[in-house]
Amino acid sequence: MSETTGYLVLNTGDILEGKWLGTPKQEEGELVFNTAMTGYQEVMTDPSYAGQIVTMTYPLIGNYGWNEIDYESIKPSLKGFIVSTPSHNPEHYQSKNTLMEMLEEHHIPALSHIDTRALTRIIREHGEVYGKITQDPNESPVNTSVNTNIVSTVSVKEKKSYKIDNPTNHPTPHVVVMDFGYKHSIAQSLLELGCEVTVVPYNATFIEIQSLDPDGVLLSNGPGDPQALADLSENIKQISESFPTMGICLGHQLIALAHGATTQRLPYGHRGSNHPVKDLQTGKVMITSQNHGYVVDYDSVNMKNWYVSHVNVNDKSVEGLKHKTKPLMTVQFHPEAHPGPIDTHHLFVDFIQQFITKGEKQHA
Amino acid sequence: MPKKDNIKKVLVIGSGPIVIGQAAEFDYAGTQACLALKEDGVEVILVNNNPATIMTDENIADKVYLEPLTCDSITKIIDKERPDGILPTLGGQTGLNMAVLLDEAGVLEKYDVTLLGTPLETIQKGEDREIFKSMMKDIGEPTAESLSTSSVDEAVRFAGTVGYPMIVRPAYTLGGAGGGIANDEAELRNIVKNGLHFSPISQVLIEQSVKGWKEIEYEVMRDSNDTCIIVCNMENFDPVGVHTGDSIVVAPSQTLTDRQYQMLRTSSVRVIRELGVIGGCNIQFALNPDNDDYIIIEVNPRVSRSSALASKATGYPIAQIAAKVALGYQLDEVINPITGDTYASFEPAIDYIAAKIPRWPFDKFTQADRLLGTQMKATGEVMALARNFPMAINKAIRSLEIGLDSLYLPGVEKLSNQEIHTALDQATDERLFIVAESLRRGMTVEEIHDITAINKYFLYELEAMITKEKEIAAKEWQAIEAEDLRDAKSFGISDLTLAKLLNVDISTIQQKVKEEKLAPSYKMVDTCAAEFSAETPYFYSSWNEWDEVESLNGDKRMVVLGSGPIRIGQGVEFDYCSVHAAKSLQGQGIDAVVINNNPETVSTDFNTADHLYFEPLTVEDVLHVIEKENAQGVLVQFGGQTAINLADGLQKAGVKITGTALEAIESVEDRDLFYQLLQQLNIPHIPGDTVMAVEDAKAVAKQIGYPILMRPSYVIGGQGMVILHNENQLVEYLADLQATAHGNRIFPLLIDRYIAGYEVEIDAICDGSDVLIPGIFEHVEKAGVHSGDSVAIFPAPNLTKEHKQLIELYAQKISKQLNVKGIMNIQFVLSEDRKTIYVLEVNPRASRTVPIASKVTGIPMVDLATRVQMGESLSDQEWKLGLHKEVPYYAVKMPVFSTNKLPGVDPILGPEMKSTGEAIGLGSTVKHAMAKAFGWKENSLKALSEQDTIFLSLTKIDTKLSEQLKSVTASIEADPETATLLTEQGIQVRTTTNLQEAEQKCVDEKYTFIADTHRTGEKDQHVSLREAALRSDTLHFTANDTLSAYIEATTTNAESPVSIQHYRSNKPDLNKKERAMP
Repeated sequence: MSETTGYLVLNTGDILEGKWLGTPKQEEGELVFNTAMTGYQEVMTDPSYAGQIVTMTYPLIGNYGWNEIDYESIKPSLKGFIVSTPSHNPEHYQSKNTLMEMLEEHHIPALSHIDTRALTRIIREHGEVYGKITQDPNESPVNTSVNTNIVSTVSVKEKKSYKIDNPTNHPTPHVVVMDFGYKHSIAQSLLELGCEVTVVPYNATFIEIQSLDPDGVLLSNGPGDPQALADLSENIKQISESFPTMGICLGHQLIALAHGATTQRLPYGHRGSNHPVKDLQTGKVMITSQNHGYVVDYDSVNMKNWYVSHVNVNDKSVEGLKHKTKPLMTVQFHPEAHPGPIDTHHLFVDFIQQFITKGEKQHA
Repeated sequence: MPKKDNIKKVLVIGSGPIVIGQAAEFDYAGTQACLALKEDGVEVILVNNNPATIMTDENIADKVYLEPLTCDSITKIIDKERPDGILPTLGGQTGLNMAVLLDEAGVLEKYDVTLLGTPLETIQKGEDREIFKSMMKDIGEPTAESLSTSSVDEAVRFAGTVGYPMIVRPAYTLGGAGGGIANDEAELRNIVKNGLHFSPISQVLIEQSVKGWKEIEYEVMRDSNDTCIIVCNMENFDPVGVHTGDSIVVAPSQTLTDRQYQMLRTSSVRVIRELGVIGGCNIQFALNPDNDDYIIIEVNPRVSRSSALASKATGYPIAQIAAKVALGYQLDEVINPITGDTYASFEPAIDYIAAKIPRWPFDKFTQADRLLGTQMKATGEVMALARNFPMAINKAIRSLEIGLDSLYLPGVEKLSNQEIHTALDQATDERLFIVAESLRRGMTVEEIHDITAINKYFLYELEAMITKEKEIAAKEWQAIEAEDLRDAKSFGISDLTLAKLLNVDISTIQQKVKEEKLAPSYKMVDTCAAEFSAETPYFYSSWNEWDEVESLNGDKRMVVLGSGPIRIGQGVEFDYCSVHAAKSLQGQGIDAVVINNNPETVSTDFNTADHLYFEPLTVEDVLHVIEKENAQGVLVQFGGQTAINLADGLQKAGVKITGTALEAIESVEDRDLFYQLLQQLNIPHIPGDTVMAVEDAKAVAKQIGYPILMRPSYVIGGQGMVILHNENQLVEYLADLQATAHGNRIFPLLIDRYIAGYEVEIDAICDGSDVLIPGIFEHVEKAGVHSGDSVAIFPAPNLTKEHKQLIELYAQKISKQLNVKGIMNIQFVLSEDRKTIYVLEVNPRASRTVPIASKVTGIPMVDLATRVQMGESLSDQEWKLGLHKEVPYYAVKMPVFSTNKLPGVDPILGPEMKSTGEAIGLGSTVKHAMAKAFGWKENSLKALSEQDTIFLSLTKIDTKLSEQLKSVTASIEADPETATLLTEQGIQVRTTTNLQEAEQKCVDEKYTFIADTHRTGEKDQHVSLREAALRSDTLHFTANDTLSAYIEATTTNAESPVSIQHYRSNKPDLNKKERAMP
């Protein structure tokens, strides 16, 4: 059985022994845990996990296999995957492959039979943890930071347009999605609401975007530290002041940075499908899907022009911002869900509503 | 919005006696709710007539009314107490039904009582399937094609258009009583007719069957701000077709994609919003395994069995939070008590699997129909937590205490392939083991799925378990290495199973496990998958993983063993005892470690013990915990027979059994030793002997004389106990026993002469030198009726001073001789001439009557028993010694039965226990207490009038009953023999009816009640009549003494409700020692 033994060596000094799930392959990355009990395929294909080794806190993973519809990007970007007990006999009418088959296909190193709860506790207690998946327990991780160019590795290189066949909205609103590592469900949510969607590289300039004549711009989620993209601030500021703009996750952080706020690292991030968020306008609490390691500093928000629209019920951190005069809204959580609840899906409707109304007026 | 300020006093309605479909989960919910209300400064008035509960303790509510759960009784309480609000959603279906009745009677309006939590309208919307369906239609949520009807013909016409099979569900019933699946018109007619009888509003729902679909449940919470969260979802192992209460259930769902999980989550949220639920709600879905089609099966707008399971499975205290929400709090204002710094508005994430297996009463009711369907039959359940499915299932099986320790059911290998096929197709309590056997025989997952429709995910997991067992069995013991053991342990395989698989003695396994230093690690239940730090002292075992138990700080730690699943003979009363034992230890500055596996109970609430372990109650599992905790000893007297049965194994493993020594326990449990003891102490016992063979049995029976009382040794609740009148019956009984023993030995058996005397019992606290007896219970029915099934009066009204002195003396003798430290229960029989008192049995543990005696007298019996077990002396306590002076009021314990849920079970009273719960009635006289006890629920006691007809089929009649029957105003019908008997006594018989006609009239609900006391042991016309009474919900009596007591109660005017605190305030120091002046 020793030939299947693999190790996760952490920079905290901890060494966890497990079994290789698929072909052994060494890899390093930042360790993060996700508490969602369903949606491992969506998690694995979410580009925001680029550079990270992800562990699922739920121990039984792979039960319903792998299907063709729950891809959040064309391929997984994560560095490694750690589970407790994988299923090799998945059962679901949509399933096409097993978890292990897909790990093999995408060359993602993975370990099973790891005490993922112990690992989660290590991450929780240490905050920032880096690790190496290896066959040799004497190795240790060399990198202790995530590549600052990580977004460029997951963003599209050229613009791409999507539209649905029979849109209900006339005229069809056009939304440009700036891709920092966007989840397909974001585009899907917009398409389902009748939008035409153009996905552009994360570093598309104001001029390039203006040339697309969008009704609105959406800055997507993505991996890494938002401060690594500080040089984009000027561009983002200009875009967000010129078009109705929505930011999600990293997009939210970048817009905040561009408007003078600051961000900081959360001790160990929010990753899961169960985070309560309070809408401060309505007083309503919604359960959201989250995946972020950084957060906008509450006190750094310029309250003259902005207000905090949403806060996290548990740690009171900033979950959403709204500009007082411009059509500019951002959220830290994921209204597109997948995985997770769709309690906040209406935010896309609110976003689009702004320019549908505008459109009618223009054509009146 | 913070709490509603105008609500200062709240009436909480409990769920009453335990019946199938409504068990200990409501003690847990009610207790949590009362405490949550009190925490907010609300004065809590509780009405619940189930005395065996923690919730009816005086420290849980400010005033406790152990009073009938009837509209009349609760109205009087409202009139007296004038509460501002009423909270009915935590008392199960009973609580909801009471709220509806109170509202309809205009009581709530008249007294200006605010209904807290979910609005009444919602309750009715959820309950009335027609309204519910049309509402679902309005919001676009799918339900099954269905029709609510009160007409059999209409049901048949509808089925003709929709097609069979059809499911029948009666409205407003517990656990789906009276429902079923009809495959054709004949079946439909039968089931609908029956269902109409069961429904209090004579309405059934018939609907399109989605048998075979996945059955998924969501537990949802909503507050007044419209915040909705999912506490947990659950997936049934058994697909639609088996009642969820009878299904094996896992949490969370295992086979749903996130898309499907969210689809049903969204639907749940829409439904709970549309209904306007404030608090907890359970929603059941059927999901097509081949696509995303789903339908909503039903909604329960209240806390339920499932919510108790979800609470224990996740750690999220649903009932507690529901009570806060009912007071007006929002979920984001209430702290999650598990983590202490997150809020109740987040959805729990768990990092283990919870498996629930129901506990069925078929071990007791061997003649019952074991088929599972829409009618729930389980009396209780167990839950196991583990990091994988096989371990969860193995632990759950061990927790059931049905003599099994793995997926192997003895005897199953003898079934033919055809029998296996049938058993797969028609689900019974044994199906899990049949599936395992099919896999052992090489059937494929595909084949089993085709027959059972059980999701292949579960079948693959079971297959892996069987493969592992085969792999182990294929090895020689010498070849087994530590790694193999670790691997086996990660499947949750017990030492005992390993010993069987490897064909070695269990001690060999234990030794190796010890040598290799193998032990489980324990993981914490924290609601958040370790995302936040939590300090919950709530653990489950895992193998080959990191341990996270932080040692308790105190110097002393004791383990309290719980009593496992609720079953007949071992109910919620033992949970009451376990909880009090834990609290007593804490009061003495000792850390209490509780081990139990029943998710319905207060003992498994995370704040009962200092450390709670959700584990099977086997020697192996308990030992691991004791070693982990480094506990100084274990308390075995409070967890019923479950705990007592572990004493031997634990002591052999070196654990200190605190209190009464193991030898003393054995000397009262072993009949021969016990009789020797009594003879030595010069205490009369009923002639009897232990027999080891058939011939032996015949000889002994002849020698002591028929009728005889016969039973296997070491039993709970009189299991397998019978009264035999002649040798033919004896031979037949032995043959039956052998046939059902799966080839196991049926001997030794115990034979006693049957003496039809008067039964009395006591619970005594002993410290080896002194005893304290709070009082004596006297049974209404003569000996021969199991003590758990007899109506009992406390304090005993018909004993002389000499009788009482003798009882006290015997208790003292036994206590001293055995050096009993703690509590014991002694059952006596007073001969018919009232001259001799025999000691019938001694139970070296707390008994069913402990909570009643404690509540009625105010003596903290379990606390005292725990203290003496821990070494304190009785003379140091504040209470007087010996038999206490009688309280100036009476309590009557009334057994409550669920036999109407169990086709095939004859409701006749006998030596085998059949009741599932009990109600209490209190009064200033025996008569008044009796009236309260018989009138425990709506319409269970009514004055008889000329309009009433009663049917009697009696074997004999005594003077008292004769006099009573002479004066009843109701028309008496009787079978010919009884008619003769009655006429001889001068009792007027209106009509002579044969049994067959009587059965039909009974079904047609022509009788106010029937009495049939014939016990022949055959399935005859008498049994048939009694079963008809069950089906038609006709009141029935099977013993003259009960009948007599009932008739007296019908002529008694009800006393006003009085709280237990008020009863006791009369002479609070009656049995307290007089303090010497300093």
